[in-house]
Amino acid sequence: MKKSILTLALAAMCCTAAFAQGRSALRLNEVMVENDSSIVDEYGNHTGWIELFNSNFSPLEISSIYITNDKNDPKKYPVPLGDVNTKIAKRQHVVFYTDGEPNKGTFHTNFTLTPGQDNWIGIYDADGITLIDEVLVPAELVCDNTWARTEDGAGEWAVRTGGEDDYITPSSANIIKGTNPKIEEFATQDAHGWGMAVMAMAIVFSALLVLCLCFYAIGKIGAMVTRMNKARSQGLTRQEAKAENLVHDSGEEIAAIVMALHEHLNAHDTENTILTINKVKRAYSPWSSKIYNLRQVPELHHNRH
Amino acid sequence: MSFGDFVLDNLRQFWELTGFANAEVGNFVMLAVGLFFIWLAIKKNFEPMLLVPIGFGILIGNVPFNTAAGLEVGIYEEGSVLNILYNGVSAGWYPPLIFLGIGAMTDFSALIANPKLMLIGAAAQFGIFGAYMVALAIGFAPDQAGAIAIIGGADGPTAIFLSSKLAPNLMGAIAVSAYSYMALVPVIQPPLMRLFTTKKERMIKMKPARAVSQNEKIVFPIVGMLLTCFVVPSGLPLLGMLFFGNLLRECGVTTRLAKTASNALTDIVTILLGMTVGASTQASQFLTPQTIFIFFLGFMAFIIASSSGVLFVKLFNLVLPKDKKINPLIGNAGVSAVPMSARISNNLGLEYDPSNYLLMHAMGPNVAGVIGSAVAAGVLLGFLA
Repeated sequence: MKKSILTLALAAMCCTAAFAQGRSALRLNEVMVENDSSIVDEYGNHTGWIELFNSNFSPLEISSIYITNDKNDPKKYPVPLGDVNTKIAKRQHVVFYTDGEPNKGTFHTNFTLTPGQDNWIGIYDADGITLIDEVLVPAELVCDNTWARTEDGAGEWAVRTGGEDDYITPSSANIIKGTNPKIEEFATQDAHGWGMAVMAMAIVFSALLVLCLCFYAIGKIGAMVTRMNKARSQGLTRQEAKAENLVHDSGEEIAAIVMALHEHLNAHDTENTILTINKVKRAYSPWSSKIYNLRQVPELHHNRH
Repeated sequence: MSFGDFVLDNLRQFWELTGFANAEVGNFVMLAVGLFFIWLAIKKNFEPMLLVPIGFGILIGNVPFNTAAGLEVGIYEEGSVLNILYNGVSAGWYPPLIFLGIGAMTDFSALIANPKLMLIGAAAQFGIFGAYMVALAIGFAPDQAGAIAIIGGADGPTAIFLSSKLAPNLMGAIAVSAYSYMALVPVIQPPLMRLFTTKKERMIKMKPARAVSQNEKIVFPIVGMLLTCFVVPSGLPLLGMLFFGNLLRECGVTTRLAKTASNALTDIVTILLGMTVGASTQASQFLTPQTIFIFFLGFMAFIIASSSGVLFVKLFNLVLPKDKKINPLIGNAGVSAVPMSARISNNLGLEYDPSNYLLMHAMGPNVAGVIGSAVAAGVLLGFLA
């Protein structure tokens, strides 16, 4: 019974862990309500669009989630099953066109966004109850501008006009990085590596120092427990044990005691002296014939001095 | 087309696919390197478990073929068998499996009995960051410098793991360099140990380590993993597997798993890791001026690491009571070439005092070096990835 409960608990934990890393990482990332000169869909039309971002570091399958612009109708647009493109690669994006024409394909929603008024957008998990992410796009957003996160999957929302510093990025990262900023920073701020050497060595030393102190403490506790056990086995009180300074027996002492016991008890293994010789039968088969054909694996012996 | 022309045409096409038609000088140079590694392993017994697979891998990786023919045989051709096996290196999952085996093989008793030896393992990591500074001075970018510098940790799997993340294009050279210098530890370390110690110091006798209880051995991997990984979560794949393997060994109820991890699994992964790392050294990728720099930096890293371990012990002795002095000959063991560098400490100790067995004392910093280099790799990954 106990084992069954334990197994169930473990299974529940695994399920929770799997869910925790699942679709909850999906994010609304950028929205264009009215599109006049931005990207066109595969039919050549300019329509509003919603960009989703997989903030996981593993692929995410989004079929059967719901995208909606109506809080009272969370199951408004179910992302269809069976489309290979609904699997978003790690840290990648996908764009849904809000043209109200779902028959055009998986990435065309059955609703449109309305310019000049607040547009609420939500994404719900397959149960239609769990809200994964939501955003309220302000009515002030003008044509060809987007309402986007400052950083992919995180950060504040802000208007992007398509200018030099606030570019519009359907299906790509909201911050376009040419190089790794961390590396650039180290290259400029720590050109000779002193900073890295000092910081890293401090961390390595701290980690091992903490471990060292911890095991000093554990060693002391262990020694105390041993002392108490030894005192108990010898019928001594705590004070007497302290006075006698009972400590761990060293390896040498233990080995000497064992050897003495061995000698004293003359503790040889008893073996029967019957020797039986059985004929080894090797019935022929094409597989076992290899035994006779192959030589043993050769072993090289080095002279060690 | 006559039948004769047809035959000749096919033979000509076949000739163009052969190694003879596609060979370049670089291929022969690398084949010679591979043969040299195999010779070192078999004749000189230098790390044969590593150098035979790597050496033969170099031969495999440098058989020339027509890359335009789409044969899908090369290690860098997606979908080829070698490429599939190479995924363990490029995606970095072979090294943690090796660490699982190392954990299952390693007895941390010496370290638990004398925890201050952990600091020697930390001090030896100076080799990594010293080499990092030299690499920057030569002109490598910080991420490349970090990947190269980890050679100073003297830990092949860690070097492969980190370079696969920070500088995948340099991984072949880094891995071969790390394993080469690990094989050369008996040549590199003793002169440095003699240089930095006096005869009197070499004869310091250390007290035998206390007996370590089973409970302490069980607590060590759990506490060790939690503490080190809380400090450096980016070291989780290596440290997590190292301590997990050790728990399998010490807990006493998973003997079968510990045996598999330390024998069959480690052997399998070592074969695959060695062979694919060797095969990744295709002449076109490997024979570059950068490789020469990497070998030079690796050598520097080993020298700094070994020296700093020895010098740290001397420094440490200044504050230790007279009866608790540490023999500086175990300082070199702070690099994590397990158990080779500990054996060197022992052999050198015996040379100066035939009754001074340092092996068990040297195993402390040696395994601390494994932990230290994994922590250092985690730090570099955290800073530079």
